[in-house]
Amino acid sequence: MFGKKKKLMAAGEDVRLKSQIGEAETFWDLMRRLAKENKLAVFSAVVILLFILAAIFAPFLTPYSYKDMDLLNRLSPPSGAHLLGTDEGGRDILTRMLYGSRVSLMIGVLPTLLGMILGAALGIIAGVIGGKTDAIIMRIADITLGFPSMLLAMLIMYTLGGGLMNVVLTLSLVNWASVSRIVRSEAIRLKQNEYVEAARAIGVKKRVILWRHILPNCLPTLIVLFTLNVPSSILTESSLSFLGLGIQVPDASWGLMVNMGRQFLYIAPWLSLVPSAAIMLVVLAFNFLGDGLRDVLDPHQKNQ
Amino acid sequence: MKQNIIKRLLQAVFVLLGVALLIFIMLRIVPGNPIATMMGEHADPATIERMTAEFGLDQPAIVQFARYLSGAVRGDFGTSYSLGRPVAALMRQAFGNTLKLAFLAALFAWILGITCGIIAAVKKNGLLDRLFMGLSLLGVSMPVFMVAMLLQYVFAFHLHWLPISGVDGLKSFILPAIALGWNSAGSVSRLVRSTLIEILQEDYIDTARAKGNRQMGVLLRHALRNAMLPVVTMMAIQISSLLSGAVITETIFSINGIGQLAVQAINGRDIPLLQGTALFSTAIVIIGNLLADCLYSVLDPRIRKEA
Repeated sequence: MFGKKKKLMAAGEDVRLKSQIGEAETFWDLMRRLAKENKLAVFSAVVILLFILAAIFAPFLTPYSYKDMDLLNRLSPPSGAHLLGTDEGGRDILTRMLYGSRVSLMIGVLPTLLGMILGAALGIIAGVIGGKTDAIIMRIADITLGFPSMLLAMLIMYTLGGGLMNVVLTLSLVNWASVSRIVRSEAIRLKQNEYVEAARAIGVKKRVILWRHILPNCLPTLIVLFTLNVPSSILTESSLSFLGLGIQVPDASWGLMVNMGRQFLYIAPWLSLVPSAAIMLVVLAFNFLGDGLRDVLDPHQKNQ
Repeated sequence: MKQNIIKRLLQAVFVLLGVALLIFIMLRIVPGNPIATMMGEHADPATIERMTAEFGLDQPAIVQFARYLSGAVRGDFGTSYSLGRPVAALMRQAFGNTLKLAFLAALFAWILGITCGIIAAVKKNGLLDRLFMGLSLLGVSMPVFMVAMLLQYVFAFHLHWLPISGVDGLKSFILPAIALGWNSAGSVSRLVRSTLIEILQEDYIDTARAKGNRQMGVLLRHALRNAMLPVVTMMAIQISSLLSGAVITETIFSINGIGQLAVQAINGRDIPLLQGTALFSTAIVIIGNLLADCLYSVLDPRIRKEA
């Protein structure tokens, strides 16, 4: 059973619920509304899409190799042949940026997704089951959130060692706690709704209620959280790689490029500044898109 | 209110203990004897054994954890493997720099953030509002290392106004403080703007204006005082995250602070040093959040009465 007995909802609550459900908008209706209301979010989505396409089609977009050196052309400034200049090994920076975007975008999306799945699962379990399970999960979340996130990431990277997969794992472990807190409170709110009460009353199993009623209703919150967590994953990865604790050579990520370019800051500032600017652009785009999505998908959060 | 604060306090103590345990476990999962790893392949086995015993690493994990905890409570974090000095002494030395950096960064962020926020709110949708909000958006989305390197390149390398790196008087803290505070300035100004805009629509502001108070007086005495509530809480949280989050800034500007010490510890696989700096930074954040919570309930009479 769902723990304590729920008080019957007040009549006013009923009206509010109905107006909330209102004319049920489909996902595509919402997206259309987003496109109409928030041009900035649409523009951001286009920017993100362009970055993704660039990452996928990197080999077709550039005549250069991302790892072959050209020592005659070391540290050359941006020019017609090398639009963004070359690095200390004479490699074309634009090419390395394109290939680096594969890692950076993957690092943005994959650990956010994994952390989200873990956090959502634990959050829903905590919220729906309650009691001791809830207490244990939430205390672990408290401890995880007690750390400054960068420090936690550094500690886990120390334990696991550098490399792409370890960065993914680390960021997932850093991400889950805040997600679980939000999803838990969402689940607690949802399970007090009348349709859940009704489902429970006619004897629907807890597991089914969880899958059919609670989880789908958490999705809008999760989508918004996802878009807003991607930039923080990208930033944490770039900071880790910047400190030499993240992605290791020969893999390339934007953060690592910033790090490698740092020693040439005074003779070839573009080495570090170009990947920094790319990080900023993607972070901005995801933040705008996340804000826009929150406004249409999660109206009750907007007012908070 | 008292009960609430006691509850928070207990919670904080619990989280601190959990954090200490987690740090301890994480640093010990790494396979192999840390002393052997640190001394390299060619070390003499007898020396390794002697040092392992000296650092108490031959004891069972439980004993080690108890020792580390009781030491930490007394301010004793053991001896650094790589530097051979007590971790507490190293941290005391480094903390001075981190503290200076964090407070200057906070000062920069708050002065800039609050000023821009107020102007933006008063001139809502005007040119200055748009300009400041655009800038603050840049502030919150620029990675710290980017701001730091840009400042270093322009103001230290090109214009020679300020030192490039290292610690040499207050002057050498100016660029790092701006770099570190940049993000916070962005979020403070956005928060000040949105709170102030909301408050300026309240009835009591209209009343104050109707009574014939001057614009400026209404703004400062009535609006700003109430708008400061969430801002002060945010500031309290920010100062602790600035104190613990200076890793990148300290690395770029070669400032010998807690963050740089932690990076040094990781690179040297120096467990006591890493343990000490990690526990210390986390404790600062937890205590900072606790204080922010208490501050909020003291400042806000609504919460004060409720609890």
